[in-house]
Amino acid sequence: MKTIKYTGLIVFLIGLTIFTASVFTGNFSFTEQELDSFIQEKGYKSEIIKEELSKAIVTEENLNIFQFSERVRNAVETNNKHYNDLIAKYNKEKNWDKKGAQYQYRIDGKPHTISFQIAKKAGSGFIKENAGLMWFLTFGLGIFGALMFMLPNLILLGKPGIKNDGVYHDSSTNRGWIAWLVLVYLVTFYLVLYFMADYVVNWTFILDPISKALNGGEASQWFVYGFLYCTIMVTMAVRMYIKYRHNKYQIIRTTSVLFFQIVFAFLIPEIMTSLNMPGYDFKNAFPLDYDFFFEWNLKSLSESGSIGLFILVWGIVLTLVIVPVMVYFFGKRWYCSWVCGCGGLAETLGDPYRQHSDKSLNAWKLERWIIHSVLIFSLVMTLVTLYCYFSGAQSFLGIKTNWIKDTYSFLIGAWFAGVIGTGFYPIFGNRVWCRFGCPLAAYLGMVQRFKSRFRITTNGAQCISCGNCSTYCEQGIDVRAYAQKGENIVRSSCVGCGICSAVCPRGVLKLENGPEDGRINPTEILLGNDVDLMNLINKK
Amino acid sequence: MEHIVIIGNGISGVSAARHIRKNSDKQITIVSAETKYFFSRTALMYIYMGHMKFEHTQPYENWFWDKNNINLKEGYVSSINTDKKILNFKDSSTLSFDKLIIATGSKPNKFGWPGQDLDGVMGMYHKQDLEKLEKFAPNNEVCKRAVIVGGGLIGIELAEMLRSRKIPVTFLVREDSFWNGVLPAQESEMINKHIKEHHIDLRLSTNLKEIKSDENGNVKSIIIDETGEEIFCNVVGLTAGVTPNIDFLKDSGIQTKRGVLVNRFLETNIKDIYSIGDCAEQHEAIGQRRNIEAVWYTGRMMGEVLAQTICGNKMEYKPGHWFNSAKFLDIEYQTYGWVFSERNKQENETYFQWQHPKQNICITISYDKNTNKFLGINTFGIRMRHEIFDKWLTENKSIEHVLEYLKDANFDPEFYNLYEKDIVAKFNQENNTNIQVKKKSWKRIFSKA
Repeated sequence: MKTIKYTGLIVFLIGLTIFTASVFTGNFSFTEQELDSFIQEKGYKSEIIKEELSKAIVTEENLNIFQFSERVRNAVETNNKHYNDLIAKYNKEKNWDKKGAQYQYRIDGKPHTISFQIAKKAGSGFIKENAGLMWFLTFGLGIFGALMFMLPNLILLGKPGIKNDGVYHDSSTNRGWIAWLVLVYLVTFYLVLYFMADYVVNWTFILDPISKALNGGEASQWFVYGFLYCTIMVTMAVRMYIKYRHNKYQIIRTTSVLFFQIVFAFLIPEIMTSLNMPGYDFKNAFPLDYDFFFEWNLKSLSESGSIGLFILVWGIVLTLVIVPVMVYFFGKRWYCSWVCGCGGLAETLGDPYRQHSDKSLNAWKLERWIIHSVLIFSLVMTLVTLYCYFSGAQSFLGIKTNWIKDTYSFLIGAWFAGVIGTGFYPIFGNRVWCRFGCPLAAYLGMVQRFKSRFRITTNGAQCISCGNCSTYCEQGIDVRAYAQKGENIVRSSCVGCGICSAVCPRGVLKLENGPEDGRINPTEILLGNDVDLMNLINKK
Repeated sequence: MEHIVIIGNGISGVSAARHIRKNSDKQITIVSAETKYFFSRTALMYIYMGHMKFEHTQPYENWFWDKNNINLKEGYVSSINTDKKILNFKDSSTLSFDKLIIATGSKPNKFGWPGQDLDGVMGMYHKQDLEKLEKFAPNNEVCKRAVIVGGGLIGIELAEMLRSRKIPVTFLVREDSFWNGVLPAQESEMINKHIKEHHIDLRLSTNLKEIKSDENGNVKSIIIDETGEEIFCNVVGLTAGVTPNIDFLKDSGIQTKRGVLVNRFLETNIKDIYSIGDCAEQHEAIGQRRNIEAVWYTGRMMGEVLAQTICGNKMEYKPGHWFNSAKFLDIEYQTYGWVFSERNKQENETYFQWQHPKQNICITISYDKNTNKFLGINTFGIRMRHEIFDKWLTENKSIEHVLEYLKDANFDPEFYNLYEKDIVAKFNQENNTNIQVKKKSWKRIFSKA
């Protein structure tokens, strides 16, 4: 069994290595003809960019993606510098007509994005020609190896039950060197994905056939991310199914997040795209879906006829009605640990790291400051955006709409939710984003705290303060602090994953939806001590 | 300001300190020789097993004590001068008190076995025991086998700990079935089987004769009393119960028997000196409880009650209905009210039992066969609501009532399979009754007794 397990690990690592190494392969170049048609397609009017690109990438040389990217970016920079200089010059001369005429020649957009677009067409090599084979060598080996690594646990872990043996002895789950390596890999992955997507254009070649089958177009880096996301969740869900096979709540919950990720976040948007509709994730609620009210989205929806209108109405109803009503009946868990994609990854890939959330009082204070700030940030941004959309202005309350959108997308959307949120799993736990950053979680949390039937019931006086519940709470809630006082746990941050109840050795905790009366139950003296309570209270 | 000194920073002493602080601004000092900060003894096993780190077993962050103005003193009390109200420490420092609370807990029993003090012999009670275990049994290379002597709750936990590091374990149990002085046969049998499923070499009706030493004073082997068999091992765990940790009181004038003798107000024979928790011994048993109760929650309750007394609201210690819980490897156990084993039950007590055909799930309900009054329940693999059973016991409900409303009492996680129908069907069949299981009702669950 152990042999199978470690063979699996090696197979997985081979898959991962090939996947990573594939970035460095392939040749990237254009012929003059290809360049012409690209420039025509993009509608570039500048002669300089044509000339520069021609010098740079119409070549017999074998350029790898890094050399290629650098040349493209230099070409764009040279072009833009030329026209910016002209603009500055005419500005000085107060020659407004000529100044105004220069803007159309500048190449807008992020240099890495332009490089990605060209590379997508300019790439050639083994991967592009053997996408199917490469899929098996990367995704295939990865999945196969991971399953070989995990399935033996059915036997190795012994009888069904809580199996956390060695969590704090193992380098990968105890912030050891493996954990740090994983962190570096994940952070690099996100940085490249968000800011230097052209470097990993080879990955999109691997998935082009699948993308074409699904939506008719070639794979973008976001398709790669979505596909990888689903693959990882499915594979790591197998681990969840094995680890918690005695616990029906965990099995059903895991199945639910898988379903919503694969069907709602991945398949439906892809299919919609193939039908020339705007691809929309029907479960992704504003303000987690922070660009729902961005101009480009509103524009695209308004141009998409009845489906666009439906999405617009649905999106608003989802946030204003469905989300709070569901939280009232079931707690925010219905979203955060049953439906949400971020939660889905946290509960599958992130489960081995759940114990790293900080349980200190200071962390709780920090959490409330940060998460509510992000909520306010997202609301202000949306307000500015909407005002500008309807009024046609460039700014509102002195805030420029483009600036605030870019800042939010960069700081919150990319850095917080991605690089830190997922990249830091192995060190800070699997719910950093959900606990400290997600504006939707902040909103759901307020409803859960003040108007909901959900609570974690503490079972009388059975608690022995062992601390398993607090240790394994991914949201950093000091569950024991409540349980040992006989108090129910009603906290805005609780995502209802149910693990505290699962790891409790004495059957003290139960997630349930019940009457609001008695949900919060401060206890003077715990059950079991037959003191006359009225007497005690009267004497106070 | 009155100075309250508490010897022992376990759950009893810390509960007392917290509640005294809640109700007064008296000066409070907690003395401990074990650790500076309070930790949960029950969680020591999880540290060895790698579920937690030591810091996770501390229910309060380290700033808590300063913030609440509770002094912590590390030191070992060697004697007490009750006339002058002074504690003498091993390092010859002293501490004076106005009121003293003795909450020193227990220590593992040793029955005078030859070799019981060798290196590699240990209990599993103190933090120091854990450190010893880590030293003598870090893995199955260093510790080729461990022998555990005594089939109680700590014994099975120690076995689970060692098995988590794949160390072979031989488990010597005096009784002919695990814990059958407490558990009915059905349940004891189930645990026997479960122990063996975990590859623990369970030896029933087996006693220790002696522990043999190698040339360095380390454990080499043990000899079994009944057969003379020698079992080679590197670690011996002594888990044959605990006894109050009160040797330092010998010449203090404080009256002791096995523990520190206290009345219902937890007062000793000497004014201003109290004792709570595992080391306190009631002159007369409370209800069917034992005079000494080494249970987590009784320690906590005694601390809560004594704090009231010390803060001027004199209060008697009145533990309510008996309850308890434990976990035997993968099987959770809860009990409410009294279910005695066949060996110990009274003539009027009878069982209704149900067992799952395949899984490790079973219940025993004890009731009065003359009046059908519900006396207590044991559940294995099913969680039950404490409040509900407490209420039913107070209201002297019948077993029929308990079965009829059993769904109200279930505390298993959502979506778990529930067995009330099967359970009641079996009772109906055996007793020719026609009890119908009522649907769960929130209204009933929340109605106070």
